[in-house]
Amino acid sequence: MDTESTYSGYSHYSGRSRGSHRHGERSRDRHKSRSKDSRSEKSVTINTLPAEPLLGDSSLRGEKVQDDNWGETTTAITGTSEHSLSQEDIVRITKDLEDSVGLDCRHYVTRSIAVILGLLVFFTPLAFLVLPHILWPEKLQSCGTACEGLFISVAFKLLILLLAVWALFFRPARAGLPRVFVFRILLAVLVLLFVISYWLFYSVRILDSQDENYQGIVQYAVSLVDALLFIHYLAVVLLELRQLQPCYSVCVTRATDGETRHYNLGQLSIQRAALAVIEHYYCDFPIHNPALLSASKSRAAKHLAGLKVYNVDGPGNNASAGIAQSQSRAMIAAAARRRDTSHNELYYEEAEHERRVRKRRARLVVAVEEAFTHIKRMQEEEPKKAPGDVMDPREAAQAIFPSMARALQKYLRTTKQQHCHSMESIQQHLAFCITNNLTPKAFLESYLTPGPTLQYGKDHWLGRRWTLISEASVTSGLKDGSIFLLKCVDFSLVVTSRKIPYVQMSEEYIDPKSHKFVLRLQSETSV
Amino acid sequence: MSFVPGQPVTAVVQRIEIQKLRQGENLILGFSIGGGIDQDPGQNPFSEDKSDKGIYVTRITPGGPAEVAGLRIGDKIMQVNGWDMTMVTHDQARKKLTKKREDVVRLLITRKSLEEAVKHSKGSHPRQ
Repeated sequence: MDTESTYSGYSHYSGRSRGSHRHGERSRDRHKSRSKDSRSEKSVTINTLPAEPLLGDSSLRGEKVQDDNWGETTTAITGTSEHSLSQEDIVRITKDLEDSVGLDCRHYVTRSIAVILGLLVFFTPLAFLVLPHILWPEKLQSCGTACEGLFISVAFKLLILLLAVWALFFRPARAGLPRVFVFRILLAVLVLLFVISYWLFYSVRILDSQDENYQGIVQYAVSLVDALLFIHYLAVVLLELRQLQPCYSVCVTRATDGETRHYNLGQLSIQRAALAVIEHYYCDFPIHNPALLSASKSRAAKHLAGLKVYNVDGPGNNASAGIAQSQSRAMIAAAARRRDTSHNELYYEEAEHERRVRKRRARLVVAVEEAFTHIKRMQEEEPKKAPGDVMDPREAAQAIFPSMARALQKYLRTTKQQHCHSMESIQQHLAFCITNNLTPKAFLESYLTPGPTLQYGKDHWLGRRWTLISEASVTSGLKDGSIFLLKCVDFSLVVTSRKIPYVQMSEEYIDPKSHKFVLRLQSETSV
Repeated sequence: MSFVPGQPVTAVVQRIEIQKLRQGENLILGFSIGGGIDQDPGQNPFSEDKSDKGIYVTRITPGGPAEVAGLRIGDKIMQVNGWDMTMVTHDQARKKLTKKREDVVRLLITRKSLEEAVKHSKGSHPRQ
């Protein structure tokens, strides 16, 4: 890691936390973040001025490098600080503070409310049935056959309701979303109002007047349970069925390297759509590899070399804004002319890299195939060999690993994947392949092509914390043309949605006997 | 009108010049053609030799530019504006006749009656 000590330049409260953008950081003043405060996080980003050796110069430098929006968007802390905190430390601290207080609390509160409501709903019919026996047992008519039959139906309907509520609502939560589900709140309120109104009616008409008609009371309780079952049906439709029909097509693009996928979603709120997108992301997108981006960043740095204000060639370029504008235009024109050879370099560099990768790959494939021929599965009928010869998969993997290790490592280095695979994980994968009789090609598949993020170890599932950045409220529904961002520590996903058009289909009937043909050997054309 | 492969084709031809008539945005000549090297020569009602794959006039619009210019049904077209029509596909012939930029086509056509006429005139006037 680069040194994190800061002679603090600017610190500005930004709506997004910056990743470790060490390289190409020179022009950060140009792309200042929009001062949109994301409701969920207020993270502090400290940017360093690159290559600042002298203490005394820092404040002077700080004054010179300003862009137009400097006054509005930044809070500058000039001077030096003795404590050096790295960027990630600060982000982590603020997030830890939030988590320990905010989200856990909310999770438990919602759980407890749900349980209380469930218990209330479950015991209400039982209370309706039992209270007359407790309060005025002597006045009560005896329960006839039909009435006792209703007891059975109440019992089974309550059982079904219990199972249904457990199945729908008490599943392990798969994500923590920023806002509550609107539909769940509505349903809870509906159920509460419903039960309260039933209790009101019961207490006024039955408890106060001490009604003797027990069958009527039992029927009243049965009607309550029926209505609860219907409310549960409404819950299933609203929470589960409504979003199954695809309605919007969302296009998800990763900001760092442009990987794009399209998915069909139903009518969801923005936060649930974001959750669906993230779940698809883990399965479909190849893993984010920051090492592959360094080439384009260095090219970008070279392009801007003549344009940036921190020009090491001389201080003459740091003039005031007016002259700098025209000067920079002139520099852009000159740079445009000068840039003619960089595409050439890029082409040859890429061709060379391609060739190198292919050569390493060929060596790797041969090495792995050869390694796999060294072991074979021991058949049961064979006479028992000495215990030293018989190996379990892990030992077999360790035995053949050294012969392919070098070729594999070189290949991973060339394709810049070496940080994704540790030696331990490679040996584990090798043992897995040996156990399941996979061929060398199957073993190599996970190294030759970058797979989805889920394929790699847990430490690579970077950012199980995602931030949803949206201009519309996150509980509002997905609309045609809505755009939101999902930010992770290293990269962000841009999601745009489009409505799937209404399809008007018409039919045309073709009689199977109408397929008739003639030879067209003598045609006549009028001119 | 049959040809011997390898030998040049000889025929008595009549020059006909047709002015194209503008109908809407099309220029029409007022006749229909049949035949071509990609067609079946046996079905040609107008040819003497049923292996002749040349381009024949199969229909004439009455009062059209072709009739006015003297084209008759059953004529074999030998040349259109200098382009040969004895060894072309049906579609190539159509294209040479319907070029949008030309509004006059000069055809060389041959028919049986021309041969007869020449023979008669030769017979009646020997050694001309």
